[in-house]
Amino acid sequence: MSDTVLNEVRKGFYLDSVALMRLSRRIAAMPGIIEAALMMGTPSNKRILQDAGLLSDIGAAANGNDLVIGIKAHSDEAARAALAEAVSELETPRRRAAEQTTWRPRTIRAAVKAMPDANVALISVPGDFAAAEARKALRRGLHVMIFSDNVAIEQERALKEEARSLGRLVMGPDCGTAIINGVPLAFANRVPRGDIGIIGASGTGIQEVTSLIAAADGGISHAIGVGGRDLSQAVGGITTLMAIDALDSDPRTRHIVLISKPPHPDVARTVLSRVAKSAKPFTVCFIGAENADLPPNAHFAPTLKAAAEDALGGRTIGADAPISVPASARRSGIVVGLYSGGTLCAEAQLILARHGRKVASNAPVPGSRSLSEAGDGIDRIIDLGADEFTRGRPHPMIDPSVRDDMLRETLKDRQVGAILIDVVIGFGAHADPAGHLASILADASRDGPPIIGSVTGTEADPQVRSRQIATLERAGVLVAPSNAQAAELALAACRP
Amino acid sequence: MEQKSISDLLDAEIKVVNVGLEGFAAELSAAGVPVIHVEWSPPAGGDPELADLLSKLGA
Amino acid sequence: MQLIEDANKEALRRILEGDPVLIDVVPAGQVIPALGERVLLHAGPPIEWERMCGPMRGAIAGAIVFEGWAADLEEATALAARGEIAFHPNHHFDAVGPMTGMTTQSMPVFVVENRRFGNRAYCTINEGLGKVMRFGGNDASVLKRLAWLRDVFGPALGEAIRSVGGIALKGLVARGLAMGDEMHQRNVACTSLFLREIAPALARTSRDSERLAEVFAFLGSNDQFFLNIAMAMGKAIMDPVRGIAGSSIVTAMCRNGTDFGIRVSGTGDTWFVAPVEMPQGLYFPGFSAADANPDMGDSTIVETIGLGGFAMAASPAVAGFVGAGSASSAALYTKAMGEITIGENPEWTIPALDFAGVPTGIDVRLVVDSGITPVINTGIAHKEPGIGQVGAGVVRAPIACFEQAVRALAEKLGGVA
Repeated sequence: MSDTVLNEVRKGFYLDSVALMRLSRRIAAMPGIIEAALMMGTPSNKRILQDAGLLSDIGAAANGNDLVIGIKAHSDEAARAALAEAVSELETPRRRAAEQTTWRPRTIRAAVKAMPDANVALISVPGDFAAAEARKALRRGLHVMIFSDNVAIEQERALKEEARSLGRLVMGPDCGTAIINGVPLAFANRVPRGDIGIIGASGTGIQEVTSLIAAADGGISHAIGVGGRDLSQAVGGITTLMAIDALDSDPRTRHIVLISKPPHPDVARTVLSRVAKSAKPFTVCFIGAENADLPPNAHFAPTLKAAAEDALGGRTIGADAPISVPASARRSGIVVGLYSGGTLCAEAQLILARHGRKVASNAPVPGSRSLSEAGDGIDRIIDLGADEFTRGRPHPMIDPSVRDDMLRETLKDRQVGAILIDVVIGFGAHADPAGHLASILADASRDGPPIIGSVTGTEADPQVRSRQIATLERAGVLVAPSNAQAAELALAACRP
Repeated sequence: MEQKSISDLLDAEIKVVNVGLEGFAAELSAAGVPVIHVEWSPPAGGDPELADLLSKLGA
Repeated sequence: MQLIEDANKEALRRILEGDPVLIDVVPAGQVIPALGERVLLHAGPPIEWERMCGPMRGAIAGAIVFEGWAADLEEATALAARGEIAFHPNHHFDAVGPMTGMTTQSMPVFVVENRRFGNRAYCTINEGLGKVMRFGGNDASVLKRLAWLRDVFGPALGEAIRSVGGIALKGLVARGLAMGDEMHQRNVACTSLFLREIAPALARTSRDSERLAEVFAFLGSNDQFFLNIAMAMGKAIMDPVRGIAGSSIVTAMCRNGTDFGIRVSGTGDTWFVAPVEMPQGLYFPGFSAADANPDMGDSTIVETIGLGGFAMAASPAVAGFVGAGSASSAALYTKAMGEITIGENPEWTIPALDFAGVPTGIDVRLVVDSGITPVINTGIAHKEPGIGQVGAGVVRAPIACFEQAVRALAEKLGGVA
């Protein structure tokens, strides 16, 4: 077998040299081909072909307006196949319309250029970079929701001050939830529109209150997240105050609910004096505070459930379907809470403590102790969304498996009288957290402590609240209408 | 930049620039909310100090 | 930062208001007084003989012989190695040069005047393909062609251009873009438009029809002829943008086969330098990446004004240089360059992008922030001097240059952090 050189000349055929180079490379890569080139037959090109050993007498006769196909192959057969391919490629229309070539912006600046009327930036990049992205968004005129955590508090303050001067809102950092104009952002639930406005420093707090309101046929005008540290002394409630201004002047909002951990006293004073200036009624839910020095237009709510009830005009949630723990399931012991929602975890601690229980938590509220001080007879209420569990892995609301091992162990623990859990659904959340939990329980023995929980979310959420409840109930979980009631049920279960 | 009140946000159709988790953009899009997703990568080659400097320079 | 925004606005204004006109072709020494005996300008940021790549050294040896400073290449090389030749970047003398970028006193250069700002810029004449000095070629055929350019072509073209009072370039480039040129790796349309425009003047000023035929043949056989005019145009447009306090706009990008260098308006004449990268592209038959020299030349000045890789969408054919890139992917390059530029040039539009203007005004902040580096369409030189072009492709400007520039600018603005 000897090498063969095959030439073909297409008279008067012009193709851009770059297109020809691409085709040359394709043909050269065919089996049995040593080298191939498609070139216009100019003298310099013919010299190149000559030097590459690709030129026969046929190609040599071509002139500058002719296309020369030069192929050098191990066999005549391979050369002919390659030539046929080259010719067919040349005659195929150059169109490859089917090829998808969509452009995606790589910067906020380019995104805003492509969508000039964008008004919210949702930022969920690693914390080290979140402030920088937020600043870029602010300077492009966007309101910002920062889902990211691990942003330095000095940066938070600086961002919020800049935002205030620009008349822009910074929700966050560590803002998990917002519902603006009916649009759920990040972890939020599909709730009916209505006249209750929410301002919350806590994502799951907002989710629980909005979901409870939705379940009671109420509706939400807007839910504005402010981030867990907004009411700290360092930040000074900048976003909360801006949010109050906005909802105060929003004609759609009749009643305003404030949800937060107990603020720094100075900040609380500032915020409450702003509340006093409003003509609208407020519900103030400072989770962990016993009370607050409130102006006349505000009511204090000690729990998320109480906040929802107050906003609904004093209606009692879950009164129509009382549930109880069957006597057979009751046993004395401690309550272990395995929470994905931070504020739900806090609310459970408060309810237990209020009933005289000793409570330890990795995220203790006032009155609880830290986990290191846990011991015999002390309830353990764990926030699985805390940093120590989420570093390098998704939040348990996205990936509930962080709870699995702890749940299995707790089920075997003879000291445990009841297990408290939460299931948070909605946008951003796991597609079927109840199903996941049920699969863990299916493998567990049946003689463990009762599992009591609630589902935070609505019927309009992708996971559908009633379906999640049904799944949990089939798995043997006692499902309460709210997290607060779940905590009360757990209490009852531990009192034989 | 002109001084704006945040009320403009509460009256507007929400249109989102999503930077980070792509799932947020997908969910918004599925819900019919206009969203543009930024193919984000750490700015300044992942150097937070340089990134911060840049944002202060107004990049 | 408002100072930077204002400075960049001014920079963009100056770029867009530039009015480049090709007014003459003259020996370089006539317009660059510093170009005396044994002075040689090269492409890219400053570099000493010891660090120069093969093609650069080859071209220098050829240029020395061409100027008669040495009798042969060997002697020329020894002369250069002994430090008896002064090397300077073209950019330091209002000039630019492709690939090795040789400019010496007797070489004819295009003179482009920016009529809006009154400055002028220079670039040598494109020698065509094959064995040429810009790719390090230095044998007798190379020197012979240079001599012809010096003695016949340059004077003839200069006279013709003068006779029509210059040729305005902005509109010509606009038409070239519409005809598929991006003015770096594809200049066939602009070369043809230029020939069409200058032909009557050449004919009128010629006294020898045989020579006129030679001039036409040279112009007509060199698809890249217009590149060097576009380069002088780019330099003429960008020079008035230099030295605007606070501006983060790139005023020059260039490479010498060893280093890539950029200059930024707000940091004056400082070069920010990093090792140059290898082009990725397609090779002529018989050559491969193993033969390639790292990227060279001042031609990236065209990207600095929004052409070349930045105008890829105007030239789908050129997008093939990316290798896997389909014709329709050309637009993606231009859109990506839109992320690192502060404006568009409304006079240079791209039909395929609904007549969007070419992305203009590279902002070092945006480059570093996005990690998107400028895309440069380039020719690939053989790493051995004298062999010439072995392919064409795309090269990215190294990010390190831009990072240095950002830090320098921040420092200059005085502790913004």
